Amino acid sequence: MDFPMFHLDWLNDRFLIAVIAILHVIINHGLAVGFIPYITWLEYKGVKNAKSDEITNIEWDTLIYKKMKVAFIITTTIGAMTGVGIWFSAALVSPSSIGSLIRVFFWAWFTEWIVFVTEVVLILIYFLTWKNSNKSMKAKMRHIRFGWFLAIFSWITMALIVAILGFMMDPGSWHTTKSFFSGIFNPIYLPQLFFRTPTAMLIGGMFGLLLTSIIAKKGSEFRTTAIRYAGKWILFWTPFVLVAATIYWSVMPEAMKANMSTAVGTMEFELYYDVLKYVIISSVSLALIIAIWAVIKPKTVKVWMVIVPFVFVIGFLGIFERVREFIRKPYVIGGYMYSNLLREEDYPLYKQDGILKYATYTTVSEITEENKVEAGKNIFMLTCSRCHTTQGVNSITYVFERMYGVGQPLDTTSMSGYIPNMHVGRTYMPPFPGNARELNALSAYIKHVQQTNEPLEGVQVTGIKVNPKNSVTATVKMLEDKKSKKVN
Amino acid sequence: MFLSIKTPVPNDIPLELPLPEWLLVVLLIVSFLAHIVFVNVMVGGSILTLWGQIKGLKNKDYDVFAHEVAKTITVNKSIAVVLGVAPLLCINTLYTVYFYSANALTGLMWILIIPLVTIAFLLTYLHKYTWERLDDNKWLHISIMGLSVALFLFIPLIFLVNVNLMLFPEKWQSIQGFLSALTLPNVLPRYFHFLCSSLAVTGLFVVWYNKRKNYPVEEIYSSLTRYGLKRIGYNLALGASVAQFLIGPIVAVSLPAKGYSWGLFIPILCGVAVAVLAVRWLWKAVTGPKEDIDKNFGKIVLALTITVVFMGSGRHMYRATALAPHQKLVAAKTKEFQRLSEEARTNAANAKPVELITDPSLGEVAKGAAIFKQNCTSCHKEREKLVGPPMTEMVSIYENDPEGLKKWINAPGKKRADFPQMPAFAQLSDDDLIELSKYILSIKK
Repeated sequence: MDFPMFHLDWLNDRFLIAVIAILHVIINHGLAVGFIPYITWLEYKGVKNAKSDEITNIEWDTLIYKKMKVAFIITTTIGAMTGVGIWFSAALVSPSSIGSLIRVFFWAWFTEWIVFVTEVVLILIYFLTWKNSNKSMKAKMRHIRFGWFLAIFSWITMALIVAILGFMMDPGSWHTTKSFFSGIFNPIYLPQLFFRTPTAMLIGGMFGLLLTSIIAKKGSEFRTTAIRYAGKWILFWTPFVLVAATIYWSVMPEAMKANMSTAVGTMEFELYYDVLKYVIISSVSLALIIAIWAVIKPKTVKVWMVIVPFVFVIGFLGIFERVREFIRKPYVIGGYMYSNLLREEDYPLYKQDGILKYATYTTVSEITEENKVEAGKNIFMLTCSRCHTTQGVNSITYVFERMYGVGQPLDTTSMSGYIPNMHVGRTYMPPFPGNARELNALSAYIKHVQQTNEPLEGVQVTGIKVNPKNSVTATVKMLEDKKSKKVN
Repeated sequence: MFLSIKTPVPNDIPLELPLPEWLLVVLLIVSFLAHIVFVNVMVGGSILTLWGQIKGLKNKDYDVFAHEVAKTITVNKSIAVVLGVAPLLCINTLYTVYFYSANALTGLMWILIIPLVTIAFLLTYLHKYTWERLDDNKWLHISIMGLSVALFLFIPLIFLVNVNLMLFPEKWQSIQGFLSALTLPNVLPRYFHFLCSSLAVTGLFVVWYNKRKNYPVEEIYSSLTRYGLKRIGYNLALGASVAQFLIGPIVAVSLPAKGYSWGLFIPILCGVAVAVLAVRWLWKAVTGPKEDIDKNFGKIVLALTITVVFMGSGRHMYRATALAPHQKLVAAKTKEFQRLSEEARTNAANAKPVELITDPSLGEVAKGAAIFKQNCTSCHKEREKLVGPPMTEMVSIYENDPEGLKKWINAPGKKRADFPQMPAFAQLSDDDLIELSKYILSIKK
């Protein structure tokens, strides 16, 4: 309503955030939170297992260093930039929600930033001083200590961001107090953190196993040892993953759980009802199998054997994030803002006067019979386009044709009958905010889209048209009228 | 205000700022300057690396110099990114409406920042870690850096277009994508202003890097001396600073008048005055005796830091003045919107709940029919399949089992492969369910 609407009509706007965010989470969990303690542990093992006349075994140390180098390069490029990318994409797709969250969570994010700066400084020190630290025992032990510090700071970064994510799913008592701490200590926080910690360790171990099997020289003694250690690491953390997943599942609010099945993409409801559960069980079992194998028969572990469970575990994290993201529906900030970026508290006003009146940018502000389709297009952009496209992923014609018959001409009366009630049966949908004329305009537009395949371009292509009712002229007049009313 | 019919007044986010505005402004300025200094050495460093490597084709020592600078880029770039988060957070909070609107209007290019920076970073790593391996394929190695420099030069332009566009809501309606926002008159002068400051800061960075006592210049270079290396830095800083005296006035002239106030001249002129001092000391360092080259280094850094703080404050003053009248309108309108919204909420809460519109002619199933109309007609018709099966089919299944029908509506399962599953209607009361099933089962097959 208040921001120009960026829109990707084929890819889907949410998809943009999802791709960036999931990539970021995989790198953050897999190559930072879970990987750094794993690497530091291995570096320490190198010192511990070294002969008495050497600081560490150089060949072993070089292997661990090489693994760290991969993590260093990836985390400081793709990892860092996808982190920033979440901000960028959210600003484009979801400006009202990210803008609101920033105001509530400013200090959490600011603290996060300080921790994050520390983390970057520590990773630079840890990686760039690695070679030099091999000169004396004292330097090596200090270097290992830096590794542990880095691990702790990576974990704190995650712990803070999880608070914010948890808030978005269930704002707890924030509704009434609207304060920072009531947001932080929402009921999902600890279970989610408890779940993410061992999961990160598991994925870190899987990355470790994969990198070892690629980097370490075939048949070398160190390859065997490193693979066995990776197996042990994974075995240690897996039970925690299972326990934590069970707890997390059980505290998710009932309403969200009920939505869960629809959350998993566009898959059919009943077939994938338990998809997350099965993905967790199967990926964790696969991880267990390869871990046990790595411990018992480390010599026989090949790259391809690791790749399958690795992909599964990554997929598990990806699906977990996607489900977590989608089960918020119909809200983007639980109980406060719907996924169409409209605040629940403003609904009565929109219902009363219509939404176009309050839209800052629209090409139509008064609906007539002639501009009905054009008006519908604006309404679609304002109320549907955050989740639906016209032709692409989760397109509006697809969702209606799936109900009324694929290829059948859509009927405006049926759609106008359905849209105001859709949130009743389909609880993941926000209620339609507009008035009756806007509803009919929207149905006419959807029919038009089906007939013409007309794409819907976002403001990044078309630019904006200011609603004369919300221009400077109109606002100045409104303020003057108010003043003169007061005087009278 | 001219163009005022085309200038939007959006509503702001109706939540309090999380900290006093002045504190947010201080945080924004300080954190932004810290960020931009590292961006400067990152961009300037990459340009210098490219220069050194090309010169190094003839004189090996310059290739070594390029390598030494290259090693710092990958560190500086990580710090530049992480320091950028705080000003991003502050500008998002302080200028939510303006910043996000500019982002959306240049949306595709704005989001391209992410992959472009990532690629630039990966290229600098590739370049750094293939120095030996590509030694006999120097041009390939140089082109990797060339590509990375090209990206580093382009990306700041996207940021500049955004922070510039956000200042001018009256221009928003005339913008169609990044390219048209790029052609606003003041973008390019500001860009060159930034580039020169990058080179100046990088020059000072090179001086500092090579004057460190424990930095073994003699071991690393064969012909270049410590003095020679420092001179490269001083020359660069001097040249770039002098160029700023030409570009600065162009920036000032090209900025639209709406952000100017007499007060703005105080920080700008103070900044210029201090910069004049810095340039004098730089000149002395370059032309003076060899042993005195570092005599004024501390003073130069301090003077240029003060200049940067003055200019940063001036930049903020311009922004504040430019946006103040519009911000006032936004605040007033937001307040009015909240009042209207509150009023509508109260009205809605006091309004009688909407009565079901019943058709009395239907007799005892009238209420059920009304409930059906409200909840079911979008998917079910009497005799034809719509989304779900027709009512007549329900009758044949549940004719003698109204309880079963009620149960189904309350919590449906999946029965038919060629139909989508029905959502649960758990919100209907038991009474409603009784009325509803009574109506459904009253339909004649």
